Amino acid sequence: MRKHILILGALALALSYKASAQSFLENSQVNGSFQTDAQYYMLDEGIGITDLNGKKLGINGFGKVNYTNGNFSAGIRFEAFLPEMNGFRSELNGVGLANFFATYDNGFVGITVGDVYDQFGSGLVFRSYEEWSLGMDNALRGARIVLRPTQGVTLKAVYGRQRYYWAPYLEKDFAADDYRGIVRGVDGEWDLNQSIPALGDSKFRMSIGGSFVSKKQYDQSLFYYIPENVGAAAGRINLGYGNWAFSTEYAYKINDPSAINNFIYKEGRALLSSLSYSQKGFGAVLQVKRVDNMSFKSMYTGKQNDLDINFIPPINYTHTHSLPSMYTYSTQPNGEMAAQLQINYTIPKGTALGGRYGTKLAFNMSQVNDIVRDSIMDNGELVINKPGSLGYASRFFAISDHRFFRDINFEIDKKISPNWHVTAQYINLYYDIETIEGHVGAPVVKANIGFMDVTYKINKKQSIRLELQGLWENEVHKGYEYEESEKKDFQKRGDWAAALIEYTITPHWSFSIADKWNYGNPVEEYRDHYFTGTITYIKDATRVMLSAGRQSEGVVCVGGVCRTVPASSGVTLTVSTSF
Amino acid sequence: MKKLMTLLLLALFATGLQAQSKTDLPNVTLKDLNGKDVNIAKLSNNGNPIALTFWATWCGPCIKEHNALNEVYQDWQDETGVKIYAVSIDDSRSTAKVKPMVDGKGWEFDILLDVNSDLKRAMNVSNPPHTFLFDGSGKLVYQHTGYIDGAEDDLYEEILKVAKKKK
Repeated sequence: MRKHILILGALALALSYKASAQSFLENSQVNGSFQTDAQYYMLDEGIGITDLNGKKLGINGFGKVNYTNGNFSAGIRFEAFLPEMNGFRSELNGVGLANFFATYDNGFVGITVGDVYDQFGSGLVFRSYEEWSLGMDNALRGARIVLRPTQGVTLKAVYGRQRYYWAPYLEKDFAADDYRGIVRGVDGEWDLNQSIPALGDSKFRMSIGGSFVSKKQYDQSLFYYIPENVGAAAGRINLGYGNWAFSTEYAYKINDPSAINNFIYKEGRALLSSLSYSQKGFGAVLQVKRVDNMSFKSMYTGKQNDLDINFIPPINYTHTHSLPSMYTYSTQPNGEMAAQLQINYTIPKGTALGGRYGTKLAFNMSQVNDIVRDSIMDNGELVINKPGSLGYASRFFAISDHRFFRDINFEIDKKISPNWHVTAQYINLYYDIETIEGHVGAPVVKANIGFMDVTYKINKKQSIRLELQGLWENEVHKGYEYEESEKKDFQKRGDWAAALIEYTITPHWSFSIADKWNYGNPVEEYRDHYFTGTITYIKDATRVMLSAGRQSEGVVCVGGVCRTVPASSGVTLTVSTSF
Repeated sequence: MKKLMTLLLLALFATGLQAQSKTDLPNVTLKDLNGKDVNIAKLSNNGNPIALTFWATWCGPCIKEHNALNEVYQDWQDETGVKIYAVSIDDSRSTAKVKPMVDGKGWEFDILLDVNSDLKRAMNVSNPPHTFLFDGSGKLVYQHTGYIDGAEDDLYEEILKVAKKKK
């Protein structure tokens, strides 16, 4: 690490004192950002927090500085978890230089050394990215070269090792349980419209691309032969004609036994396609996805959400209000068949239904089922998913009856007058909590959810917003009979009501109080209130937010900003700024 | 190591503080809705101001903000010549939904796709919405994070300060 910093420092210094210092300085830019999230935890027997396990305070912070000069840029990011806040992985505990890079890019060639974030196509075989609010970062430390030999053609190559919290990157420093492999990949994309002048302004649009990624890992297993090189390839095509667009990507991976797929030697496949049509005032998009055994990690023993080389996007609607976002679907990399349809329509201004400002409507439906797995012959016996075997056979278009998730929702967004604005949504949800969250034996969540969000503008500077939400579970309700041993499966289950009132003064202040009440939980002691008060101050690019109360898991949007929060009771302070 | 870091930071700051940069628009290439490459550093608007507004299809406050901006955008353009580039930070989960949503809501902005968060990182955006305003020469004059109802009026005041033609 020290060596890297030295090189970076030397480079920056050398460049700073170049002969043509004058023009150089004129082009120099420095910018950066800081954020600190701190939580003070308190005991709260009401929501089952009877022991803080010696942790009263959690602090997550980062500071980042970027330097740019024409075609050259470099940056560093410090991170501190002292210790990490609840809900973040304990491996994050610590302070240090988490990320650095230097890039030279003159449009024809781009070279990056250090930590690389990139993705090939939609990420089915490679994506390295960072999501601070989730404590997740799988940056590839190594190098990347991008070549653009001619207009419309982009070639990329990446090589490196992924970030694994604070674990060292050199093999000789690896811990016994950390044998991360090396990831290398190439990708090419050709955009016909940009490279063929005759197609420049054509209604017809087309681009194609392909990638190959492989990992070199270490076989540490006593039971299985682990392949030391695992390759994956993907091809993609994007087509458009006028208002229509179609894109598809197909990925294939050779056998890659791992802790996630139960050490089967089956190949992996994934398909992601979308078709859309849109014109002013109307847009529709249909997406389908098939995933079969596509977990791809640079450490075959990895089980958690880290060291993923690829990214299989969940395509369902992302809810941001607190009740619907309690049940957020996450991709099942071992197998899923998914479809999603979204329609947006604006009833024009000046019509009977559109009124003076127009009325915005949105419809979304998404469903995810399991794939079908058929048994296969292995050493003279029929097996399904047996470790060490070829796993199973799966017909490409067959859909299992096992439904993981379904969401049907309808939204109306209407400005009624210069002062009144209303948004309302109805959601019908099916959520297989046993599969998605691993609560073995817990009954499926079948819920109707509604919310209404009303904003009243008092004057040019001040507004009041009221948010009312309800969640009703059809089959799990107050009278539900449960065994004592099942009790823990009923956390957050049953009916909920929530309300929030927010008062804002532009450009700086937001004050809000909110309550979420699990009034219909079948277990009496779980019928809790989650009461929160929040003050936010924003000045330009600086935001300070102080909140106190109970927080249950989910996505919270207050003061105009959304983030995910874990369950807790206490006081939270967030300070963020960029310059 | 600490010393080295301090040295490096000092060097960075020393060069940065004396800097009188030509343009604050970073050298990052994004795609527009037709898949065409757009280099941010080369954006120009005939000497009129440019606003970059970061948003995502899953971000409620962002959609509120852009609905509000869309209502006044035509007037703003007539009065100040400002051009708004709405930068979607949707990743592959939702990039396919961007165009249908933009069209469905009738937004008039130029849309750019930051699928790999390159511009988001280069401009130090932590959470959307986040708005940047550049004057006609590409100098950053104002930025704001979050959206509070009515915040578009504050942005407009800033635009008026740097606009060439005023009403």
